[in-house]
Amino acid sequence: MSDIAERAFVRQELVAQRAAPIKTTGFVGFLRTRLFNSPTNILLTVVSALLLWFTVIPAFKFLLIDAVWQGSDRTACLAKPGSVVGACWPYIQAKFAQFIYGFYPQAQRWRVDLTFLLAAVLLLPLLIPRAPAKTLNAALFFIAFPVVAYFLLHGGGIRGFAITWSHDVLLALFNSITDIGQKLVSSPALFAVTIGKGLIYLASLLIYLLTPITWLRDLVQRSASEVFADLTVTAVLVSLLLFFLAGGIRNGWRALFTSIVTFAAIAIVIYVMKLDRGGLPVVDTRQWGGLLITLVVSVTGIVASMPIGIALALGRRSAIPLVRIFSITFIEFWRGVPLITVLFFATYMLPLFLPGNFTIDGLVRVLIGVALFAGAYNAEVIRGGLAAIPRGQTEAASALGLNYWKTTGLVVMPQALRHVIPGLVNSFIALFKDTTLVLIVSIFDLLGQLRASFSDPVWATPNTLFTGFAFTGIIYFVFCFAMSRYSLFVENRLNAHKRT
Amino acid sequence: MAIEARKPPPQFAARMKRVLGGRSGLSGIAMQLLFAAALVWVGYEIIANARTNLETQRIASGFGFLNNTAGFGVSQALIPYAENDSYLRVFLVGLLNTLAVSAVGVFFATVIGFLIGLGRMSPNWLVARLCGAYVEIIRNLPLLFQILFWYIAVLAALPAPRQSFSFFGVAFLSNRGLVVPKPIPLDGSAPFLIAVLVAIIVAIALRIHARKALFDRGSVVTIWPYVLAVLVGLPVLSIMVFGMPATSEPPVLRGFNFSGGSRVVPEFVALALALSTYTAAFIAEIVRAGVTSVHKGQVEAGGSLGLSRGQTLRLIVVPQALRVILPPLTNQYLNLTKNSSLAVAIGYPDLFSVFAGTSLSQTGQAIEIIAITMGVYLLISLVTSAIMNFYGWRVGRSMSA
Repeated sequence: MSDIAERAFVRQELVAQRAAPIKTTGFVGFLRTRLFNSPTNILLTVVSALLLWFTVIPAFKFLLIDAVWQGSDRTACLAKPGSVVGACWPYIQAKFAQFIYGFYPQAQRWRVDLTFLLAAVLLLPLLIPRAPAKTLNAALFFIAFPVVAYFLLHGGGIRGFAITWSHDVLLALFNSITDIGQKLVSSPALFAVTIGKGLIYLASLLIYLLTPITWLRDLVQRSASEVFADLTVTAVLVSLLLFFLAGGIRNGWRALFTSIVTFAAIAIVIYVMKLDRGGLPVVDTRQWGGLLITLVVSVTGIVASMPIGIALALGRRSAIPLVRIFSITFIEFWRGVPLITVLFFATYMLPLFLPGNFTIDGLVRVLIGVALFAGAYNAEVIRGGLAAIPRGQTEAASALGLNYWKTTGLVVMPQALRHVIPGLVNSFIALFKDTTLVLIVSIFDLLGQLRASFSDPVWATPNTLFTGFAFTGIIYFVFCFAMSRYSLFVENRLNAHKRT
Repeated sequence: MAIEARKPPPQFAARMKRVLGGRSGLSGIAMQLLFAAALVWVGYEIIANARTNLETQRIASGFGFLNNTAGFGVSQALIPYAENDSYLRVFLVGLLNTLAVSAVGVFFATVIGFLIGLGRMSPNWLVARLCGAYVEIIRNLPLLFQILFWYIAVLAALPAPRQSFSFFGVAFLSNRGLVVPKPIPLDGSAPFLIAVLVAIIVAIALRIHARKALFDRGSVVTIWPYVLAVLVGLPVLSIMVFGMPATSEPPVLRGFNFSGGSRVVPEFVALALALSTYTAAFIAEIVRAGVTSVHKGQVEAGGSLGLSRGQTLRLIVVPQALRVILPPLTNQYLNLTKNSSLAVAIGYPDLFSVFAGTSLSQTGQAIEIIAITMGVYLLISLVTSAIMNFYGWRVGRSMSA
């Protein structure tokens, strides 16, 4: 035993202190691990730092330090001997109104401001997930706001309401059927003649069925205030119809109340904006421009492309072959061609397809093209969302006895749309960026106004170009960056259950 | 006596219903009839209106105009073109220009995109941040804005030909574009081209042979010395036997502009630059998504099999990442091609600019010209997506097998 004790080694002195491990936390540690940990990385860091030095510092100096802040024409922004001149901000100041409103008359610009304000007030709560009353808010933004914005920006009033309009539209449709029928009757083929006669009989029957509406319209037109009379008649008819459809005395009260409130709101809007008495002075769309056009085109595209996209997405999944084939062809066609050809199509071809007496505003043509184009892209995004909804949802809805439209509207579509909000926002970013293309068909949006302002000899200096691009670039960047951050935010929120 | 299975009933009515109305049966048939009637009505209205409108505006119709003399000049043509050539020739010139700018754009976009995408995942903090900033800035600015920026602000700010930037006295960059020496083919050019072609074919054959040896017998055949020898040796041999393939005509400054050499118009430079940097930002994101989609365990497994870091990347990460990357990448190439139509804003003579722009305003035949233009782009995108679908089908087959 003592033998073992003798052989055992017992250390007598302490181990010498080792050097502390290399610090990997804090600022120094960060430098060591993330920037200078290998020869390659040192090289990369130095190159990147040099790149930053030669881009960011000159840009900063150009935009702020060397910039000219005051002046009334180009002489202020010209380099004096021995000094460097940077950005020419007085030029932006002078052209600011043009960049925002285009050639919208000065006295009427409050209308544009009011529209922007309305849009912001309606849009912000819609974007905040916690804000209440999403349905009402969405209805106001997607349906009511575009109408109000049209009358605010364009001006003009209305002469009549739903009764008059539906009467006119239906009459035109039936007349067109009669027209086709008469053309077929005069053709030599017996088959065509038979179909033509059938069409004429059908049209005359339909026109006969229209008599009550015609009678109502005459009644409305004889009254003192056409618009309000028409509105009242429409309100009564629609409210009663909704009341009975929603369940009559037992369940219909809520629908009746909603309908009456809606019509009252419409009446208030008409009264406040004096739409029945000509409304605001008309500002032709050729006078619009700048950021106004950019926002009008993108918001209209966003709002109008949603229903188109939903319809096409449903059509592409439809059980009816013809509808499915039509949707697929339509979607693939618009997705396969560049937007600029679509804009040319809308500008040069569309007027040829419409009846000769029917002129259509240049901006509206572009809006139609943009809406169709964006609709096709949205359809694919929404289809992805529809595909993500488990089959069980549809089957459960069928088991509850809901029909196709109720299944889609109440069960499938709300879930699908919630899934694809990030994708939709991304396609809206693309749409917003694509609005710049309207300048090629001579509609002067923000970029178009910028380009036009370069040809102004009062401000022609070497630095004007870079200043203008910097200013508009910042505007575009702020809008797009905000949208992309929002899309990330929604995505994170939707995937909250996946995070650990 | 075996009991024979009874034949299923023919169910003619049910089959007919299904053929005509799809899954929704009779109501489907009714819907289709209504839908077809509506389509016919709209189509009839469009054709009738177009006919009367064309008659009242005295616009000719039909494709006869393609043989008429165009009568306008084009600043860049890859095939010989004169002002008295036909519209068909103009169409071809434009199409080739579109393809040229797209090809250049695709090449640089891929290179920049991969660099930026990999840079974003770099362990180096500064590089990752810089690449991230690049992607965010470029993606959030409209493409047309960038094209105009390069064209109006940057390229126009370049010095005049007299003070142009010189690259070793060979190429010159000025506000008139990029001037490079022009190759003039000599007698040796045809054998030289054949030699290069043969060398490439031999190299590919060697590679196929090596892969077959590896997969069939498991033997590793080293081929790169042979490939190098063939690729360099054959062209050198051809030069030694047949003489130099081409001589170059250097650009010379004469008066206010360069004479000689071939000139790349500034519009082309601006468009290619904007298209490739813009698309590169999207490609970078695709590359990043592709590489992050490969599971970390795959890399670790590769390491535990004894593969080096490079081998792991080449044999394990890249093939799996490519499967995720390729479909959206082709989509971006397609977008680039479609976006090249923005050339019309700066006057580069691409298909859209010379055909739907100048030719349309000269002939006024909007329907035919826009239909042809749309058709060309549609054809390009349909063919590409068909190839992609085939690729996806093959990948799916190899994955499920």
